[in-house]
Order: sequence, then C-alpha cells, then structure tokens
Amino acid sequence: MEHKREHHHHDEEHGSELSEMQLRVRALETVLTEKGYVDPAALDAIIEAYETKVGPHIGARVVAKAWTDPSFKEALLDDGSKAVLALGVINRVGDHLIAVENTPKLHNMIVCTLCSCYPWEVLGLPPVWYKSAPYRSRAVNDPRGVLADFGVTLPTDTAIRVWDSTAETRFIVLPMRPKGTENWSEEKLASLVTRDCMIGTGFPKQPGEVV
Amino acid sequence: MDGVHDMGGMHGFGKVEPEQDEPVFHEEWEARTFALVWAMRYARVWCIDQGRFAREQLSPAVYLASSYYKKWELGIEKQLADLGLAGADELVAGHALRPGKPLKRKLSVAEVPNIITRGSFARPAQQPARFKPGDRVRTKKIHPKTHTRLPRYARDKVGVIEALRGCHVFPDTVAMGKGEDPQWLYTVVFDGRELWGESAEPSLKVSIEAFEPYLEPA
Repeated sequence: MEHKREHHHHDEEHGSELSEMQLRVRALETVLTEKGYVDPAALDAIIEAYETKVGPHIGARVVAKAWTDPSFKEALLDDGSKAVLALGVINRVGDHLIAVENTPKLHNMIVCTLCSCYPWEVLGLPPVWYKSAPYRSRAVNDPRGVLADFGVTLPTDTAIRVWDSTAETRFIVLPMRPKGTENWSEEKLASLVTRDCMIGTGFPKQPGEVV
Repeated sequence: MDGVHDMGGMHGFGKVEPEQDEPVFHEEWEARTFALVWAMRYARVWCIDQGRFAREQLSPAVYLASSYYKKWELGIEKQLADLGLAGADELVAGHALRPGKPLKRKLSVAEVPNIITRGSFARPAQQPARFKPGDRVRTKKIHPKTHTRLPRYARDKVGVIEALRGCHVFPDTVAMGKGEDPQWLYTVVFDGRELWGESAEPSLKVSIEAFEPYLEPA
C-alpha cells in the first residue's frame, strides 16, 4: 500500500511541477540565449541525439558480439572503451568503460549511490528508477530485495557484486547468453539484450520471448 | 559533504518502481534543462563535479522532493548566480537585463556530435601509485563539508584493491575550483559484512572507485 501511495504522490508532484517548470526553464533558456551563451539550435541537436541516436541498442550490439566472438569478449573485458570503439557501432567512445561479466556463480549490478553515473554512450540516458532514492539507497545493501522489485530472483548460490560508480569509470554488465540460442545471428541475439540486463537488474529475454 | 545525496544504505525510500516503455524525457523542460547544462559545460563555465556539488548543496528537503531534472535546473540557477553569469532578477524577468560575460567557447550544432562522447578524466601521474591490486586498505574516516566521492557507507572500512584505473582528475579539489590535482584511482572491494555487519547478504561484495587520498594501508 505504501508503494502505491508513493507512486501516486510522485505523479502529483510531477504534474504540479509541469507548468512552473516549463515557464522557469523557458525563462532560463531565453536569458542564456540573449546573453549569447547558448545557441538554441545546438540544444535541439543535443536532445535529438539522446532521443534518437544513443540508447541501449548500442550496448545490445556489444553484448551480442561478445556472445559470439570469444576474442572480442576478451578484448571487451580487458579494455571496454577500446573494444567498443573497434566494434564500430559508434564512432567515438569515451575513456574508462569497464565491462563486468556475469557467470552462474556471480551476478553483477551497477549503481551510483551519490548521483546518477551511468554508461551513457552504450545505454543512453538512465531511466528514472536508476536515479531514484530507492535504487541508490538499497542497491548496495539489499541487492536481492532490489532484484525482487524487478521480479528477478537469483539462485541462492549465486554471489552478488555491486559496483558503485563513484568516479568517472563507467560499468556495463555482460550478461549470460540464454540457452537455446546456438547458431543465432548476432542481430537476433541483440534482440534478447535488454537495458536492465546490462545494468544487472534483469536477465536477457529468453529465445521464446522474441519473434 | 554529508548530504542526503549520499544515499547508499539509507532506509525508508521504499520500492524501486520501473516504468514500462519509459521515454528519454518525460517533459520538454527536462530535455531543455539537460541540454542547457551540457551547453554551459561545453562553454567551460563549470566542470562536472562543480555541477554535482551545486546539486548536493540544495537543502535536503528540496533535494528529496525535487524530480531529477528539477535538481539539475535548480543547480544551474545556483551556479549561474554564483558565477555572476545570470541573476535571479533576469530569470524572473524572463529576459537578459545585462549583457553576457565573455565565455571561452560556445556550443554550435556542428560540435554536438563531439560532446556526446565522454571526455577523458585521465591525467599524467604526479607520483607513482601507492597501492597495487591485492593490497588491503582502509578508507579514511573523513567528513569534509566540501565535495567528495567517498560515500559515507564506505568510510573507515577495510577492503582490497582490485584494480588500478589510472590517474584521474580529483573531484574533491576540482569541484572547489582548486585545480585538477590528479590522483590514482582504484577499484576497492569490500565484503558486505564489513559494510553492513552480520545482517548483510553473506555472498555480497560491494566496490567503490576510490581515489588514493581516500585510502591508507590496512
């Protein structure tokens, strides 16, 4: 019940902020434009890039490649930035991208308890829950409880490793390849890779879940 | 600073609530705020840790009650006022009342693809690394009133150096306008029980990315 009430409260807050924030940000943009600090067309281009070009489809390609190409996987785990750049899905990759591998004995989860650090280049901008107090507070001391919020249950003998992104290193989880996907193409495998499985709050889809 | 932004291990915030098919931005003003922050950062008006510190200084009640991009918006207003780049009176008027100050550069449409890539925070080392993988370290018991990236839950705790990540810009100084002062950065891993006591999940390990000044030998 508490959870329902909180959700409702959040919606109300969101609604009441809408008009005030629209006006406030419009004023801010006008002032900064008039002062010659920003070009609104550049702002449009930033927004378009994050709405249409950058997103978890990039990370999904990286994961699918790692599932099919052992030498790429090795390179990815050795130096994430270098390997992703070599893959050529995106033209540039910033430094310090680190891929961490899930195994039957170890499950990795990514969090930023202090703010919202997230591997934008391969996953796009983070979802609201990733930046929210419940996730930031509980991921480090109740990861199984957090996973339960996602409907995810890990085997009890799987150890959990949580990576708190407290610096400018960025992490992406390399999930386990689902069984029953032998001989699948990279493209088809990529369709199994969800955003959440690359954060460690989900598993890839099963073969029967995609057409 | 020991603010409410430092949330690791706190209780009472409730369940995580994933949203199905969540849009990148929920409202237009969120997208504009996001883009404004990036455009001003491109102008070299402030760096990423100065932006973080501005949001950390919001009052705890405001921080907790504000949506994510509202915090960004309030942070940018504070930074603009602190730096004398735009005043509260101008934001109320909705127009510039004074000419802008000259900035180092201005983001153009053509430059946008370049800022989608993260910059590098690696810098040449000032001295050799003090620790190596496998070393046991204790994080310092510090409570600076200024910006730090050593979370409260991981202070005065014993862990093991797992990896050396290179030498990076030091957030604790750069956020305060005191220079980059590059420091070695390590992944330090802790047993769940070292952090949370006997009630911790037995298999849990948690790591932080720790700058060398946060660490001493254990």
